[in-house]
Amino acid sequence: MIIQGRALVVGNDVDTDAIIPARYLVTADPAELGRHCLEGLDPGFPGRIRPGDILVAGENFGCGSSREHAVLALRGAGVACVVAKSFARIFFRNAVNLGFPALECPGLGGIAEESPIAVDLGTGVLRDLGCGREFRAAPLPHFILEILDAGGLVPWARRRGYGGEKGHGA
Amino acid sequence: MTLAEAIIARHAGRPVAAGEFVEVPVDFVLANDITAPLAIRAFRELGAKRVFDPVRVALVLDHFTPCKDVRSAEQCRVVREFARAQGIPHLFEEGRGGIEHVLLPERGLVLPGEIVVGGDSHTCTYGALGAFATGMGSTDIGYAMATGRTWLRVPRTIRVELVGTLPRWVTGKDLILHLLGMVGTSGANWCAFEFGGEVGALPLDDRLTVANMAVEAGATAGLFPPDEKVLAYLRGRAAREYEPVYPEPNADYAEVIEVDLGALRPLVARPHSPANVVPVDELGEVPVDQVVIGSCTNGRWRDLLLAAEVLRGREVHPGVRCIVIPGSQELHLRAVREGLAEAFLAAGAVLSTPTCGPCLGGHMGVLAAGERCVSTTNRNFRGRMGHPEGEVYLANPAVAAASAVLGRIASPEEL
Ligand code: SF4
Repeated sequence: MIIQGRALVVGNDVDTDAIIPARYLVTADPAELGRHCLEGLDPGFPGRIRPGDILVAGENFGCGSSREHAVLALRGAGVACVVAKSFARIFFRNAVNLGFPALECPGLGGIAEESPIAVDLGTGVLRDLGCGREFRAAPLPHFILEILDAGGLVPWARRRGYGGEKGHGA
Repeated sequence: MTLAEAIIARHAGRPVAAGEFVEVPVDFVLANDITAPLAIRAFRELGAKRVFDPVRVALVLDHFTPCKDVRSAEQCRVVREFARAQGIPHLFEEGRGGIEHVLLPERGLVLPGEIVVGGDSHTCTYGALGAFATGMGSTDIGYAMATGRTWLRVPRTIRVELVGTLPRWVTGKDLILHLLGMVGTSGANWCAFEFGGEVGALPLDDRLTVANMAVEAGATAGLFPPDEKVLAYLRGRAAREYEPVYPEPNADYAEVIEVDLGALRPLVARPHSPANVVPVDELGEVPVDQVVIGSCTNGRWRDLLLAAEVLRGREVHPGVRCIVIPGSQELHLRAVREGLAEAFLAAGAVLSTPTCGPCLGGHMGVLAAGERCVSTTNRNFRGRMGHPEGEVYLANPAVAAASAVLGRIASPEEL
């Protein structure tokens, strides 16, 4: 699958308080969370996000709190995908578990704000359509691909026979 | 195998090595008033009907409690109703609870050698007891509550070899800030810290502080091999039988760092990163508007004692609001019985019921634009305690208390 969108560029160490400040954690509704997405970084940020945008980040994206609301806020705001030099562990797990595309490209850099970007989720190749440069994401382990392929941890578990009639037994 | 590997191996039923993905049974699962509602949603989407074992789940209502508004009350109601319907006995509410990571060790619910997963990044705190404990998001927790299992990537281990003993006014907080200054906020991503060497000299409360902030370096876990201090603490307290696990002598460490505790000085982390560390006596003149003493990092007995030692018989500076928050009901009561409460109140501090409150900018001490706070919490990210133009400096409880008295960030030596 190929995602095309406009780059929104942020820096290193964007923490989950910046993605969605704690005062909004009184709901788990993605649309409502999305209205405050990245407000902690810049109060004007939510107004700049257009559906289908690709967030381009530096090192350690999503560090800090375990709040899954961070992924919901990005999704609710319409962000199609996050590419980063590196992700903090819990954010990455959350993205995988919710089937939200998050690609780690250690060599990422020099992408201009609003530059058109194409991300091939299958091959992990990211292309800056503005300048033609390509970046390659670190390959994902088989286990993670399996969860992503199912669309997240819940559908993955159901695919393996969890839930349904009996209600338990993984 | 390292301590992390040895604990995971025991649960996997086979030897494991760093980097591997494994699926393991978990011994205990927790979530709070923010993360539990989403975990319950994932639990239901899975089609689950019963939690894997009701006595191995804790739901702690601590972040926005006593509920700050209608919506936080609604979230707590969802959690409370779930606990009742599932027959989960360990539902902790105000008056009989506290901040999750202070409370659960106190109740003996998280134990050496166990795997504990929590819907809170500071679940790593229990590494101080020798548990492989790690924070996850709500979907992971919903899955663990349903199945009693989780998936892990076995972390690489950074060994921290301790020598010496802590000087006066220097605490576990300074040790972990020192480490953060060395490795940075992502220096231990997908790694575990394992502390060894002269660990015995470090009080258990300090170890809990150190393990708590391992995640600030990105670490999956921060582990201490459980020594006699830990086992003695758990005697008569442990909720279950447990079997401690220790690292093997030939363990393979990704890196070894030596820290001389005797050479540490009181440190502060400047805005807006816990790794932006400087000795307090090199900081210069930094006036403060607010001081917060509490949280899952520094809301324990030794922390309260240190703060009381500084504040007793003194007065909070007229320009400062000082908020003291014991980490649990048990500690709050003890602070009343042993005269600490009076010392705080007489000094002009606020003594709050246990809550996360200001730590995450929830309530009970949120900052306005341009305000500066010195706090014993664990994160000073921009906007963490309220307005994005507020500033948070992280410090140990003695430094925070001294700053409350002097109206500027200061070492207790100055008093
Ligand atoms: S005290 Fe702060 S860091 Fe600890 S659990 Fe509460 S909000 Fe999180």
